[in-house]
Amino acid sequence: MYNMNYDVVVVGGGPAGLAAAVSAKEEGAEKVLIIERDNALGGILQQCIHPGFGLTRFKEELTGPEYYSRFTDKAEEVGVEYLLNSMVLQIDTENKQVICTNGEYGMVCVNAGSIVLSMGCRERTRANIVVPGTRPAGIYTAGAAQRLVNRQNTMVGKKVVILGSGDIGMIMARRMTLEGAQVVMVVELMDYLAGLTRNRVQCLDDFGIPLKLAHTITKIEGNERVTGVYVAPVDENKKPIKEKEEFVSCDTVLFSVGLIPENELTKNASIEINRITNGPVVNQYMQTSAPAVFACGNVVHVNDLVDNVSAESEQAGKYAARFAMGKFPAAKKEITIQTGNNVRYVCPHKISLSDEAEKIDLYFRVLHPEKGVSLAVKCGNEIIAQKKEFKVNPGEMNCITVDTSKVTDGEITVEVMKED
Amino acid sequence: MKKEIICTICPRGCTVVVDGDAGNVNSVEGYSCKRGLEFATAEFVSPVRILTTTVKISGKENDLLPVRSKSPVPKDKLLECMEVIKKASANVPVKRNDVIIANICNTGIDVVATKDVK
Amino acid sequence: MLKTDVVVIGAGAVGCAIARELSKYKINVTVVDKNEDVGGDASKSNSAIIHTGYDAAPGTLESQLVVAANPMYDEITKDLDVPFKRIGAILPAITDEQFEKLPEIKEKAFRNHVYDVEFKTKEELLEMEPELNPEVKGGLFIPRESIIDPFILVQAMAENANANGVEFMLGTKVTDIKTENGKIKSVVTTAGEIETKYVINSAGLYCDEIAEMVGKAEYKVVARKGQFYILDNKTSCQVNYIVLPIPTKVTKGKLMCPTIHGNMLVGPTAEDQESKVDKSTSTEGLESIATDVRNLVPNVNLRDTITQYSGLRPNRNPEGLNFDMYDDLEGYINLSGVRSTGLTLSVAMGKYVVQQMMYHGANLEFKDNFISKRKGIIKFCEQPVEVQDALIKENPLYGNVICRCETITEAEIVQAINRPIGAKSVDAVKRRVRAGMGRCQGGFCGPKVIEILARELNCAPEDINKNNPGSYMVTGRSRV
Repeated sequence: MYNMNYDVVVVGGGPAGLAAAVSAKEEGAEKVLIIERDNALGGILQQCIHPGFGLTRFKEELTGPEYYSRFTDKAEEVGVEYLLNSMVLQIDTENKQVICTNGEYGMVCVNAGSIVLSMGCRERTRANIVVPGTRPAGIYTAGAAQRLVNRQNTMVGKKVVILGSGDIGMIMARRMTLEGAQVVMVVELMDYLAGLTRNRVQCLDDFGIPLKLAHTITKIEGNERVTGVYVAPVDENKKPIKEKEEFVSCDTVLFSVGLIPENELTKNASIEINRITNGPVVNQYMQTSAPAVFACGNVVHVNDLVDNVSAESEQAGKYAARFAMGKFPAAKKEITIQTGNNVRYVCPHKISLSDEAEKIDLYFRVLHPEKGVSLAVKCGNEIIAQKKEFKVNPGEMNCITVDTSKVTDGEITVEVMKED
Repeated sequence: MKKEIICTICPRGCTVVVDGDAGNVNSVEGYSCKRGLEFATAEFVSPVRILTTTVKISGKENDLLPVRSKSPVPKDKLLECMEVIKKASANVPVKRNDVIIANICNTGIDVVATKDVK
Repeated sequence: MLKTDVVVIGAGAVGCAIARELSKYKINVTVVDKNEDVGGDASKSNSAIIHTGYDAAPGTLESQLVVAANPMYDEITKDLDVPFKRIGAILPAITDEQFEKLPEIKEKAFRNHVYDVEFKTKEELLEMEPELNPEVKGGLFIPRESIIDPFILVQAMAENANANGVEFMLGTKVTDIKTENGKIKSVVTTAGEIETKYVINSAGLYCDEIAEMVGKAEYKVVARKGQFYILDNKTSCQVNYIVLPIPTKVTKGKLMCPTIHGNMLVGPTAEDQESKVDKSTSTEGLESIATDVRNLVPNVNLRDTITQYSGLRPNRNPEGLNFDMYDDLEGYINLSGVRSTGLTLSVAMGKYVVQQMMYHGANLEFKDNFISKRKGIIKFCEQPVEVQDALIKENPLYGNVICRCETITEAEIVQAINRPIGAKSVDAVKRRVRAGMGRCQGGFCGPKVIEILARELNCAPEDINKNNPGSYMVTGRSRV
């Protein structure tokens, strides 16, 4: 087995891994390595050729390739090293080793000062949500279809029904339309949009693609290739109303029904996983339950904006570098953040209090849409941070900044309060 | 003629109602900021979109070059532009921002590469 | 005209087992199947269990063959490199009424010559299987009930038969069988006419249609649909044994068991239907599995499902497994009613068919150069790190992991495509090396597998099918 030594090893070269690696290097880590399974850096952004990235970070509307290129350029400039076509098979948190495949070196063991997990996420499938019917060709997750269309020069179908109004689903609706396919409809189980409003306007409304809220696909038909689907409205318990079921002819069904953090390696390394996010539990340094292991991006929790991923990953890279250099802040106390009214989860899940006062961005998602609210962080009964918000939506991440100097002994809770 | 426009400047997504006729705006209601007012007015008069897609790379079957319109093109010209782009091809090596198709469909806007390909 | 001695119609488990058995003798054998791959119908969607025959109808041919087949699997799976495990089954009685039935079931096993069935107490069962319904009163343990990779079994038998000279004509449909003077003359197929002395009808779901071609359709095939769930290998509630329900008069019921690759399998339903092609799952069917299996294993977590599928077992009306040869049609052998026990009994059926042919005058002579062993594709993910290192150095494609859920490398996929009786479709690759079999169900590797197939088979991506013709994965190039 081939041995290598690095200060910081980053698993995954997508937007999270790139930002973490650059930031680790800038923080002073001497040798930083990205291990990437694909034949190029950039991760899923390579197939996200559409615009809409970088609005917060660069105040510019970039495409996926343009966004990650800014980071690959920077990585090159600061001297981040990388292994491509290399799959990490095992992480040893105790000995701080990462074992991966590589066509050139064979099996590689990388000894690290610290490790950053940035494997991203995967798509939920038809099977996860149990859509009955046959199993013909022509059923794809939106992301798989996106790869085929944008990176492999192939068209997946001519007449498409999309289940799920997530961003990838809507973006694929536009993409397929521009490529000459007919997108019959986008079907959404909930009575509100799963993705960003901007995408509904620019991807569906612009092309007259109907959006069927509070509907679902009840059955897929076709023996060899998809011939159609049955679509029905759902009642308040999300159960399809059979009598109103309708047949919709199509040759392709795309599923855009959510993303799940890709945590096989994390779980195998016995790192603590949060039940709600399905990603590792982290503190504000993006440090996991294994002290030398940090995590960032969609492997921790699924983000809607890559700009947030970059910010959070820079934090992970910075503290991974400090850890490797022995300059990590000593924790006096660790507090688990509680979820209050209409909050599904908060990331980071924990705050580690040290001698230094810090301002920490708490990212969180709500359970259901609400208008005219105020976001609040409470310590015991005292409000230590508050922010008004015109509306909140499960599809859009919220953020509130908290100052650790205001944290006293009480429990910390994030909640959504009704504005009077 | 009144038209409802959902503002896409920020995630707030205000519904702005614009009243007017071809090119003339009489009133704008429902916006919450200056950018929203500008967006809704422009969207009413002449809506534009950034067009992103791919072009063939000469001599390669499996790879594509991602491209974009350098700046937004009129919304009603998107499909017309696509027809031109589908027939185009790029020679490698190519660099980000290299012009692949100049002045597409006489819009005065160039279609450029969004990625380096060696 | 093509010429052979025996045409086996149907390349399922039974057809391939017969072909392999015949390949031990000096006789020319051709296997014909309308599907593009071996094991393309009932053999691919079953519960993947090698039964003991404890619950068969005593005295029937089915009982005889299943009971005889079970012990053969230790050797055949070793010879042919097929994943196989003797994990045993338990049959828990949850109600008093079920408990009273246990002696009767044990006695039936005895009449089937399955003597190793043991009674277990409530405590013993709960220790063996902690996830069992705590209401359990006691039950039976059937030690030799086993699990297997059914895809690999069929492929291995086919590959080994092929290595011993058996010809496979896949994607070839039989359209007619010609007879002359009460003898088999030839088989007409979509790939031409084949002159032959024997026809063995092991066409499963379609055996009645084949029988009709020679006027021997004394029965009808009734497709019995079985729906299943497959659960993630990391699902919270796992069982160690095949957990079987006590059968009722109406149905054998729904079971839960581990698969040979560490997933959990739950099902099946039993629904008779007219169609031989409709393999759809239904909300009602899947819900009935949930209700029934929770009775055995209350914590089964069906939300951890990675796929649901259904298979069609070729039941017979009138019912039962039948082997028929006819005095007025020399050379024709008819198998019908090869139902859910078909996978298990296939290896015994191979031997049975050959012996019957001999009884009826076939002069079969042993080959002295029969190759008895077959080596499967090395599974990269199961090797120790030193072996993985050596594999990559020998073939760098081992370093390129394509299916990340199951850790399947490009080298394994390329071998699956390029072996004799190789994979030509996405599903065929999946059934050989498990790329796309994991929790993302091909979301990541699917597009890459299409690209590798097109490259290795030297064709356009639109020519790559999911399985049979018509199941095209993509419609063509977006840019030409």
